[in-house]
Amino acid sequence: MIDLGLAGWTIVVAAVGNVACALLGCYLVLRRLSLLGDAISHAVLPGIALAYLATGQLNGPAIVLGAMALGLVTTLLTEAVHRIGDVPEDSSMGVVFTGLFAVGVLLISQIANRVDLDPGCVLYGQIEIVPLDTVPVLGVEVPRALLTLVPVLLATVAFVLLLWKELKLAAFDPELATAMGIPAALLHYLLMAWVAGVTVASFEAVGAILVVAMLIVPAATAHLLTDRLGWMLVVAAVVAVLASVIGYRAAAYLNTSVAGMMAVAAGGLFGLAVFFAPRHGVLSRVWRTWRLALRIAGEDVLGELYRRGEAVEQKAAEEAGLTLAEARRRAGGWIGILAVWDLRRQGLVEERGGRLYPTPAGLKRGRFLVRSHRLWESLLERHSALPLDHLHDPAERIEHFIDPELQDELEALLEQAETDPHGKRIPDR
Amino acid sequence: MIAYNTLVVLAGVGLLGAAAGLVGTFATLRRRALVGDALAHAALPGLCVAFLLIGERWLPGLLLGALVSGLVGVGVIAFLRRFTRIKEDAAIGIVLSVFFGLGIVLVTWIQKTSTTGSKAGLDSYILGKTAGIVLADVQLIGLVAAAILALVLLFYKEAKLLVFDPDFARVQGWPVGWLDFLLMGLLAVVVVIGLPAVGVVLMAALLILPGSTARFWSDRFGVILTLATLFGAATGLVGASLSAATDTLPAGPIIVLVGTALFVASALFAPRRGVVARWLDDRRFRRELREGAVP
Repeated sequence: MIDLGLAGWTIVVAAVGNVACALLGCYLVLRRLSLLGDAISHAVLPGIALAYLATGQLNGPAIVLGAMALGLVTTLLTEAVHRIGDVPEDSSMGVVFTGLFAVGVLLISQIANRVDLDPGCVLYGQIEIVPLDTVPVLGVEVPRALLTLVPVLLATVAFVLLLWKELKLAAFDPELATAMGIPAALLHYLLMAWVAGVTVASFEAVGAILVVAMLIVPAATAHLLTDRLGWMLVVAAVVAVLASVIGYRAAAYLNTSVAGMMAVAAGGLFGLAVFFAPRHGVLSRVWRTWRLALRIAGEDVLGELYRRGEAVEQKAAEEAGLTLAEARRRAGGWIGILAVWDLRRQGLVEERGGRLYPTPAGLKRGRFLVRSHRLWESLLERHSALPLDHLHDPAERIEHFIDPELQDELEALLEQAETDPHGKRIPDR
Repeated sequence: MIAYNTLVVLAGVGLLGAAAGLVGTFATLRRRALVGDALAHAALPGLCVAFLLIGERWLPGLLLGALVSGLVGVGVIAFLRRFTRIKEDAAIGIVLSVFFGLGIVLVTWIQKTSTTGSKAGLDSYILGKTAGIVLADVQLIGLVAAAILALVLLFYKEAKLLVFDPDFARVQGWPVGWLDFLLMGLLAVVVVIGLPAVGVVLMAALLILPGSTARFWSDRFGVILTLATLFGAATGLVGASLSAATDTLPAGPIIVLVGTALFVASALFAPRRGVVARWLDDRRFRRELREGAVP
C-alpha cells in the first residue's frame, strides 16, 4: 500500500491547505483585498471558539460553516463601520478584526482552563501532530485533517472554475461586471465567505499566520510572474506546493516550526520573483532602464558626430570627429564612457589618432537621429506656440523615440520641408 | 487598597495607551493604520535575533532588535510599493506574514535548542503579558511617551500639514519623505515597547482605536490628538483594572474590548458626527424641506 511516512503526509496536508488558500488569494491580491483576507483569518477566531464550545470538536463542517458566517460578518462590519461611521476603510478593518480577535482570545483563554486548546495552537497550528491522527480510507491510514481539507480544495477548484468568467470580470472591472448584470456585490460576499471557510479548514493544520502567508504570498509571487489570470492561479498553486516542500525540509533540518518555515519559504520564493521575474522583476527593470540610458547616450554621440561632419562640409568647423573627452561629455557623465565603449563594440564608431569618427553605419544612425530631431523642431514650430529658442529641448528628448513610420508621417505633415526652423537642412534618411 | 504590582501595571498600560493613542492618530489620519500592525508582526524576528546575540533577556537590547526589524519591514513595504507592481495592501500582508513566520521559526528554534530560551518568555511577546510589567518597563514607557509628546509638540505644524495635505507640504518644501520616516520611527518605538504588554495583534488595536474614536468627537486636529491620548490612557487603565479585578480575564483582550466599546459608543452617540446625531440631523432636514422652512 501507499505509505508516505510522517514527513510525506505532513507535506501533503500542508500542500492541500496551502493550494486552496493560494487559489483564493489570487482574487484577493488582484482586487486589492489582501488585508481583508488577513483580517478575516484573525476574526474567525471567536467562530472557532464558539463552534468548539457547541460541538466539542476542532474540525468538521460545523466549524467551517460557522467560520464562513463569521467571515461574512467581518466583511459586512468592516463595510458598515466604513460607510455608516464614516471611518477610513483600513481603520475600520483594523477596528473590526482586532475587536473580534480579542473576543476570540478571551473565549479561548476561558475554555483553555478546561481543555487543551490555547491561542498559541490557533496561531501557529499543530502540523507536527496532524499526521498522527489518522483514519483508514480504502485501506490506507490517512490523516484526519485531509478529510476536511481535500473536499475544501476540490470545492474551491470547482468554485473558481464554475464562476471563472464572473470572478474574472469582478476582479478586474467590478463596475463593468455590475453593468453586465453580474451581481458583483454578491460575488464579493461569496468570495469572502469562501476565504473564511478555507481559512478555518486550514487553521488547525497550519495556523493563522501561515494561512495569511498562503493567501497573499503565492498569489503576489504569481502576479509578478504572469499577466494572465489562468496562469496566475497555476503559478500560485505551484508556489504554494513548493513552499510546503521546502518549508518542511528546512524546518526538519533546523528542528523548528514547520508552519513558520513554510511562510518563510513562500517569502523566499516571493523575494526571488521580486528580483528575477522576467518582466516585472526589479533586475529586469533596472536592466531595461540601463539599456535605454545607454542607447540614448550612444545616439547622442552619433548625432553629434553627424553634426560635426555637416559643419566640416560647410567649412564651419576645422576637423571632423570628436575627441574621446568631447564624446564622453556629450553623452553625459560616467554613462558616456560606457556609451563610447558600446558604440565601438557595435562597430558604429572608430578611433584614429585619439579622435572618434563614425563608421558608415554609425553615420547612418546619426543622420537618422538628426533627421528626427529637425523634423520634430519643424513640427513644433508650425503647430505649437513655443518660441524659436525653446524648440531644441523637447526635440532633444523625443528624437530617441521616433521610428521610420513616424518620420514619414511627420514629413508628409510638413509637406516635404527642406530645412528646420533654424535654417539647417533636414537630412534624408 | 490597591497592590503595588497592580499600580505599576496600571501606570505602564495607561502611559502606553496614551503614547499609542497619540502616535496612532497620526498613522490613522495618514491612512497608514495597518502599517502599525505590520510593524508589530515584523518586530518579532529582530527580537529573537537580538536574544540570540545577547544571550539573555536584557530588555533594551531586545527592544532595539525589534525596532530594527520592524523598520526593515516598513522599508520592505515601501520598496515593494515603489519598485514593483505589488500594491500596498499585498505588500503589508506579505511583510506581516513572512516576518512573523520567520519570528515563529526563530522562537521555536531558540526554545528547542538553547537552555535559557524557554525562560526568556519570548512567546509572551506574541499574545502579551500585561501582568508581567515591572517598574523598569514603566520607566521606559514613560520616557518614550514623554519623548513622543515633545516631538509632537516640536513638529506640530509639520505633522499637521503632512497628515492633511502631503502634496501641499511637498510643494512648500518640507521633506515629506523624512517626516513620514520620523512618523514610522515613532510608530515603531511605541509598537516595540508595547509588545511585551499587549502582544502583537492587539497592539494594532491600541494604535487604531483611540484616534478613530476621537475623530467622532471633533474636527480640530489639536482636539483630536488630545482626546486620542486621553482615550488611549483611559482604555488601558480601565481594561487593566477590570482584568486585575476579575483575576481570570487576560488583560490584553479586555483592554482591546474596552477600546472597542468606547469606539462603538462614540460612533453611535457622539454629537454631530455620531450615527444617532446624524440621523436626527437628517430627519430634521427632511422635515424642514417638507415644511418649506429652508429658504
